[in-house]
Amino acid sequence: MGENLKPRDHAEVEAAVNWALAGGKTLEIVGGGTKRVIGRAAQWDATLDLSGLSGITLCEPAELVLSAKAGTLLSEIEAAVAANGQELAFEPMDYGPLLGTETGGGTIGGALSANLSGPRRIKAGAARDHFLGVNAVSGRGETFKSGGRVVKNVTGYDLCKLLAGSWGTLAAMTEVTIKTLPRAETEETLLVLKLDDIAAGKFMGEVMGSVADVSAAAHVPAVAAKRIRETAGAGGAVTALRLEGVAPSVAHRKSLLEGIAAPFGALGTLRGGDSRAFWQAVRDVLPFAARGEAHARIIWRISTAPSSGAAVGRALTDRAQADVIYDWAGGLIWAALPPSDDAGAGVVRPIVAGAGGHATLIRAPVAVRAAVDVFEPEPAVLAALTRRVRESFDPLGVLNAGRMWAGV
Amino acid sequence: MPVAMPQSDGAVLARRAEIVAALQRMVPGEGVIASEQAMRPYESDGLTAYRQLPMVVVLPDTTEQVAAVLAYCNREGVRVVPRGAGTSLSGGALPLGDGVLLGMAKFNRIRTVDFANRVAVVEPGVTNLAVTQAVEHAGFYYAPDPSSQIACTIGGNVAENSGGVHCLKYGVTTNNVLGCELVLITGEIVRLGGSHLDAAGYDLLGVVTGSEGLLGVVTEVTVRILRRPETARAALIGFAASEDGGECVARIIGAGIIPGGMEMMDRPAIHAAEEFVHAGYPLDVEALLIVELDGPRTEVDHLLERVQEIARECRAVICRASTSEEERLLFWAGRKAAFPAVGRISPDYYCMDGTIPRAKLPLVLRRMQELSAQYGLRVANVFHAGDGNLHPLILYDANKPGELDRAEAFGADILRLCVEVGGVLTGEHGVGVEKRDLMPVMFSEADLNQQQRLKCAFDDQGLLNPGKVFPTLHRCAELGRMHVHAGRVAFPDLPRF
Repeated sequence: MGENLKPRDHAEVEAAVNWALAGGKTLEIVGGGTKRVIGRAAQWDATLDLSGLSGITLCEPAELVLSAKAGTLLSEIEAAVAANGQELAFEPMDYGPLLGTETGGGTIGGALSANLSGPRRIKAGAARDHFLGVNAVSGRGETFKSGGRVVKNVTGYDLCKLLAGSWGTLAAMTEVTIKTLPRAETEETLLVLKLDDIAAGKFMGEVMGSVADVSAAAHVPAVAAKRIRETAGAGGAVTALRLEGVAPSVAHRKSLLEGIAAPFGALGTLRGGDSRAFWQAVRDVLPFAARGEAHARIIWRISTAPSSGAAVGRALTDRAQADVIYDWAGGLIWAALPPSDDAGAGVVRPIVAGAGGHATLIRAPVAVRAAVDVFEPEPAVLAALTRRVRESFDPLGVLNAGRMWAGV
Repeated sequence: MPVAMPQSDGAVLARRAEIVAALQRMVPGEGVIASEQAMRPYESDGLTAYRQLPMVVVLPDTTEQVAAVLAYCNREGVRVVPRGAGTSLSGGALPLGDGVLLGMAKFNRIRTVDFANRVAVVEPGVTNLAVTQAVEHAGFYYAPDPSSQIACTIGGNVAENSGGVHCLKYGVTTNNVLGCELVLITGEIVRLGGSHLDAAGYDLLGVVTGSEGLLGVVTEVTVRILRRPETARAALIGFAASEDGGECVARIIGAGIIPGGMEMMDRPAIHAAEEFVHAGYPLDVEALLIVELDGPRTEVDHLLERVQEIARECRAVICRASTSEEERLLFWAGRKAAFPAVGRISPDYYCMDGTIPRAKLPLVLRRMQELSAQYGLRVANVFHAGDGNLHPLILYDANKPGELDRAEAFGADILRLCVEVGGVLTGEHGVGVEKRDLMPVMFSEADLNQQQRLKCAFDDQGLLNPGKVFPTLHRCAELGRMHVHAGRVAFPDLPRF
C-alpha cells in the first residue's frame, strides 16, 4: 500500500488525479471503505480517500432534491431527509454487516458508484434512478459535470447512469445531486408462513401482478428466517410483502393481499418498527452477516428474471449447497456457499446463464477473488465496448484499474 | 435555418447511385427509397421549421439488415440518421443531404408479453400506445405517456428518454426500460440488460437512453409494464395568482403526496384550451392546476380531500374534484388539447421545453412576460408542475418576415433563463438541432468534450446522427489526446498520510 491522498475539496481531487497521471501511478478510490473488498483483487499505488469531501450542499425537499459532497455519510443524508419527512426511495443497503466492515460507514458517493438499492427496488428503482447530477474528475484529470439539480432533464448524455454502478472506474465523483421522495406514513408487512421456494415464487408473482402495489416482496427460507429476529419464531420459511402508504390505503390493500394469500398458507403480520427492522435485515442480508453463523461462507448476488428466481435458487441449493434469500419478488438472490477455491463459480455461473441474468461474487477471500471473475464476464463485442467506454474517461487506467475486470 | 448542419461530403454525394444500389442489395424489395417525391415525407420531423431531403431512405425490417446497412456506412464513411415515427420536437430526426435516413417503421411487432415478469419485449417501431394496448386486456399498461403517444415509437422514446404527464410518479423512459438489443455503427450487435432489474456491468442502457440516436440503433426493447391503478380522480383548481398555484404544488409535495399527474396552465393557455374544447375551465384565473391521484379508491378519496384542503389554504378561487370518469377526462381534455388549441389562435407556435426549480416559477413567468413584450410575441404556458418541466408556447406567424427568427430568439432567451435560475435546457424533448447551439449555456467545453469522448467509444468516425446535440464536432483522435506533464506535481500541499 502506497500513499494515502486525502483531498479536502474538488480542486485537490483534480490535483491528486493529475499527480497520479504524471507519475504513472494508479489510484484506489475510497469513501467510507465499506465496500472496499468487493471487486477483483487488484493492487493500486495510492489511495484517493474522498471522505474529506463531506457535507450537504443543498437540501430542497419541496423540489425533491438534495446535493452533497461525495464523501458525505449516507447516514447523515438519510437523517437530513428524514427530518423533512422524506427518504431515499431506492433504500440503499448497507454492506457493512455482510462484509464485516463498518456498519453505517458508507458514503453517498459509494452508494451511487455501487448502484445500491434495497427491497423497494421493485417499485422505486435503484440508485441510478435517483441520481440527477454530478461533478467529477475523470481519469484524464479533467473536471466535468453532467445532469442538473432538477428531477426531469434530458440535456446531453445521462452520464449519471453510467457512473452509477461503475465502481469508481470512470471518474472520481466530488459532488452529487439525488432525488428525495416523501416517506410513507405507515407500513405493514404481511407474512405467509412455511412456503417452499417454488410456491413462494408463484405467490409473489401473483401479488406483483395484482393492484396490491407492494413496495417489497421477499422469500426467506427457514435457515435464514431463523437468523432474523422478527421471524426467528416463525418455525420455518417466511414470504413477506410490504405495504406502504396512507393508513386507509394500506388497510385496503392488506385485505386484498390476504385474499390472494389465503390458498397458500398461514398468515402473520409485522407492524411499524418490526416491519422496518425485518426489511432492514433483508436489505442488509443479515442472515449471512460476516459475524454470524454464516461468516465463513462465500456470498453471491444474483440478478435474474423474477419468475426464474425460485428455479435458480433451488438449483443453487441442490448443486452448490447454498443457502439463499430471495428479494425483489424472486429477481434478486443472495446465495451463501461453502468455501471453495473457485467460490462455486463453475456451478453458479452456468445456472444463472441458463436462466438469464448475472452473478456477482460479493464476499470471498482475496486469493479467490484473484482467481475468479467477480463481475459477470461479458461477451467479446460488449467487453470491447466496455473497454472503450472506460478508456473514454480514463485512457491510462488510473482510477480503480482492474477492479471490475482485468484492465477495466 | 439558423442552425448550421455539417457540410455535405461531395465525395459521398458523387457516389450516390453506387450507395443506393448497395443498400438495395442489403434491403431488397421496397426497403430503399431514392426518388425525391417518395423521400419528401422524411424531410422533416415534428420541428417543421427545419427541412432537408436525405440522400436516400432505407427501411430495414430485420436486425441483420440494420447491421449490414450500418457496417456498410461505417466502412464507406457514410452518415446515418435514425428515425422512428418522426415526432421529435427538437429536430432529432432531421435528415442530412449526404446521409442515409434509417427508418425503423417496419420494426412494428410486439415480440413477447411476459406477465409473469411484468415485461414486454417490443420492436422499436411499435408505438408507445400500442404497448399499452397489447397488455391492457390483463389490466396492465406502459407508464411513460408522451402526448404524442398514438404516433411516437418506443425506439424514439428510448432515443429521447421521453416523459409524459405521469412521470413524476412513474418515471420517464429510462426508469421503465430494462433491456435492449443495440446495433453499433460497426454492425456489431450487443444486448444490454434483459428481464432482470439490474443490468450487469456498466449501465450502457442508461446512457443509450436519451442519447438521441448518436450511439447506436436499437432494434428491440424490453419495457416494464405495470398494473393499472384501481381508479383515478382529478381536482381542477384555479388561482388568482400564479404564485398561489406554485405554493399549492410545493405544499402538496411537502405533504408527502406524489400525484399521478400535476399540470398547470397560465391564463393564455387556459383561454385557448377552453375556447377549443369547452372543458368548463374558469376564465378569470391566472393559473389552473389539474391534480390527479391514482391508486385504490380509499387512497384516492383520502388524498384528494387533503389536496383540496391544501388548495383552499393556498387561496384557490375554484376547486372541483371529479365525481365521475367522464368529468375526470373532461378536466384533462383541455390540457391535452392545449397545443392544438394554441394552434387555433395563432398561425404558428413554437413549443419550448425547459425545466426549472419549481420555486422559481413566478420569477420565470414574470420574466417571460417581459420578454414577450420585448419581442412582441405572445406566449402561453403549460407546465408539468410536479417536476418543473415548463412548455412555453411562443405564438408567431411564419408568413410574416422575421417572426420565426424572433420566435427562435425569444425561445433561446427563455431557455437561457431556465438555466440561469438553476434549471436545464430540455426536460423531455431533447437537444437535437434545436437547442444544440445553446449547450454551452449549460455545459463547459470540458463537459461537452467528455460527452463526445463517450460518443467516440461507440462511433469513432462520428457517422451516427452528426450535427445533433453537440455544437462543435471534434475528431475523436483530437479528443483522445492526453497532455501529461511527467514529473510535475501540482498542489504540493495536498494532504498525504
